Amino acid sequence: MRIAVCLKQVVTREWHVRVNASGTWVRDDEASWGMNEPDGCALEAALRLKDAHGSEVVAISAGPARVTQVLREALGRGADRAVHVTGDDLASGDAFTVAAALADAVRGVAPDLVLTGLQSDDQGFAQVGGVLAERTGMAHATIIVGIEVGDGRVRVKRELEGGWFQWVTLPLPAVLTIQSGIHQLRYATLKGIMAAKKKPIDVVSAPARPEGGPGVRVLSVAVPTRAKQIRLIDGAPAEAARELVRALREDARVLGPGDGAGVSAHTVEPGA
Amino acid sequence: MIVLVAEPHAGRASRASLEALAAAQTMRAPITVVLLGDGADAAARDLAAADGVVDVVVLDHERLHAYAADAWIAALAAFLCDTAPSHVVFAHTYQTRDYVPRLAARLDRALVTDCTGVSPIDGGAAATFTRPMFQGKTQATVALDGPAPHLVTIQIGAFRADAVRMASTPAPVRVIAAAVDAADIHQQVEPPFREAKQAVDLTRADRIVAAGRGVGSQDGLTTAAELASALGAELAASRPVCDAGWLPMDRQIGSSGQTVAPRLYVALGVSGAIQHIVGMKGSQTIVAINKDADAPIFEVADYGIVGDLFEIVPAIVAALK
Ligand SMILES: Cc1cc2nc3c(=O)[nH]c(=O)nc-3n(C[C@H](O)[C@H](O)[C@H](O)COP(=O)(O)OP(=O)(O)OC[C@H]3O[C@@H](n4cnc5c(N)ncnc54)[C@H](O)[C@@H]3O)c2cc1C
Ligand SMILES: Nc1ncnc2c1ncn2[C@@H]1O[C@H](COP(=O)(O)O)[C@@H](O)[C@H]1O
Repeated sequence: MRIAVCLKQVVTREWHVRVNASGTWVRDDEASWGMNEPDGCALEAALRLKDAHGSEVVAISAGPARVTQVLREALGRGADRAVHVTGDDLASGDAFTVAAALADAVRGVAPDLVLTGLQSDDQGFAQVGGVLAERTGMAHATIIVGIEVGDGRVRVKRELEGGWFQWVTLPLPAVLTIQSGIHQLRYATLKGIMAAKKKPIDVVSAPARPEGGPGVRVLSVAVPTRAKQIRLIDGAPAEAARELVRALREDARVLGPGDGAGVSAHTVEPGA
Repeated sequence: MIVLVAEPHAGRASRASLEALAAAQTMRAPITVVLLGDGADAAARDLAAADGVVDVVVLDHERLHAYAADAWIAALAAFLCDTAPSHVVFAHTYQTRDYVPRLAARLDRALVTDCTGVSPIDGGAAATFTRPMFQGKTQATVALDGPAPHLVTIQIGAFRADAVRMASTPAPVRVIAAAVDAADIHQQVEPPFREAKQAVDLTRADRIVAAGRGVGSQDGLTTAAELASALGAELAASRPVCDAGWLPMDRQIGSSGQTVAPRLYVALGVSGAIQHIVGMKGSQTIVAINKDADAPIFEVADYGIVGDLFEIVPAIVAALK
């Protein structure tokens, strides 16, 4: 069995997002980069299937030269080879643009199973997996937290809202979008990283985008303004903590004087 | 004309569908409501009475009872080709996430997901939309290109279900036989279930301390646990904490976990992703402690302290004594 895993390189969660001067995108020239979190889970799911069934795992990423970082990381963790789809507008492109680029690469790999993350941490479309399935004519299921591969089919556990789940069986080839937490992740070992240096990364270019087609265009990007009145408490930790406890007792009235290990001398339960 | 695709829930229109209807009403065009799935007939009556709704259609087929993505896509693709609306509006539920991207690709029409705002332009013929990017740390305004219809999904909680305006006379409800070919349905679905060991019911808790990834490790969680015990609160968590196995899954708050509304909710090192917020925003008093002053959790909090939780939380425990 051959498994393709789609990996997006995104700005890290630690990076402090700043909007550019024209208010049209973020200043990602200054960003730090990493693998989209659910994509790491998709890769892990693929590697577990490889451990169990001896599958070949092919990592695919679409974007500028920097995205080879996530492909190298995937090879270091155990993927067998990688495909880098290059194209100028892929980094900030909409889901149709990215899915078209990935669809070409996926057709080239001809996998039995395609795993994507359920959503990207940056654009957050939650679209690429479903669109890719349609473009490649594969069956699909989303928000997957369990995979059982059978003969020509796959049985998957879908997460539903509020703690509910459902099993769904699909014919292969199929696209699955993977939810976080499906497995605990492995890290690249030194041996893996050394071996990865010898593994191939094919470079292919993305198809040209058709004129006048459907698309989502970003007009502006801004830091949202706070809708609700919040009381920010500052000062040194001890001082801020005392003020918070006072406010919770006297203003919000959600704590009584007996809350905590003792009663603060100056506090009287309001209304008592 | 706008099409609103609604989801029935327990014989009523789901709350998320009502929120999406409230969003559709702001676009000031006549609305056709479409329903599929078990309970669609009963839910249709809820929606027929809303202002702006001119038509309610129940798509009916023996394969449109239990949800399967391909069945929904086939039925809606055929319906939308016949009706030619300007926009098709959905609530951004897990079901929507599952089939709408593929529906948009099949129709080859633009899709914008997780919208928090809608601004009609050109007298309602077009619109721009706002949606979060970068985990809610930024908000983008976007326009959709290409031929109509444009597909739009509305973030859960972004519009208020009780903002739906009612009309004096309800719209007619029609049942239409849907165009679904069983051979096109590739998903073989089994009934939904819950994991047996759902031990903790956090919905009854009066106070909750929720630990986010900011607690750093299983060890870091003890700091949160100390505050919980000082407050007599239940300990809960965001998804990454449960994914990592630091706390059991049944203590997860959010769209895939529990929805709670305690009198006091203290979020420690939680960034405030929408999937977490939907599970706790009904809390009476929300306290957020986060080292990032721009974390979205501060948008829903009543009290906030910007700083390192490992310095602030022990100080709160001391101040409670
Ligand atoms: C379909 C779907 C369903 C989901 N369901 C859920 C759900 O039910 N529940 C849920 O919670 N999430 C859910 N998620 C995930 C959600 O999108 C977020 O990824 C998640 O909530 C983030 O958790 P977090 O805030 O703990 O972590 P992060 O986003 O990583 O935030 C950690 C925060 O801690 C702060 N921090 C770090 N160190 C410190 C310190 N020393 N002191 C103070 N602050 C610190 C950081 O500034 C940061 O804001 C779902 C996602 C999807 C796509
Ligand atoms: N540029 C990309 N390269 C590779 N995979 C991608 C890319 N963009 C999105 N994906 C995949 O599609 C999933 C969903 O992304 P999105 O639709 O942007 O939320 C991600 O989790 C990735 O697995």
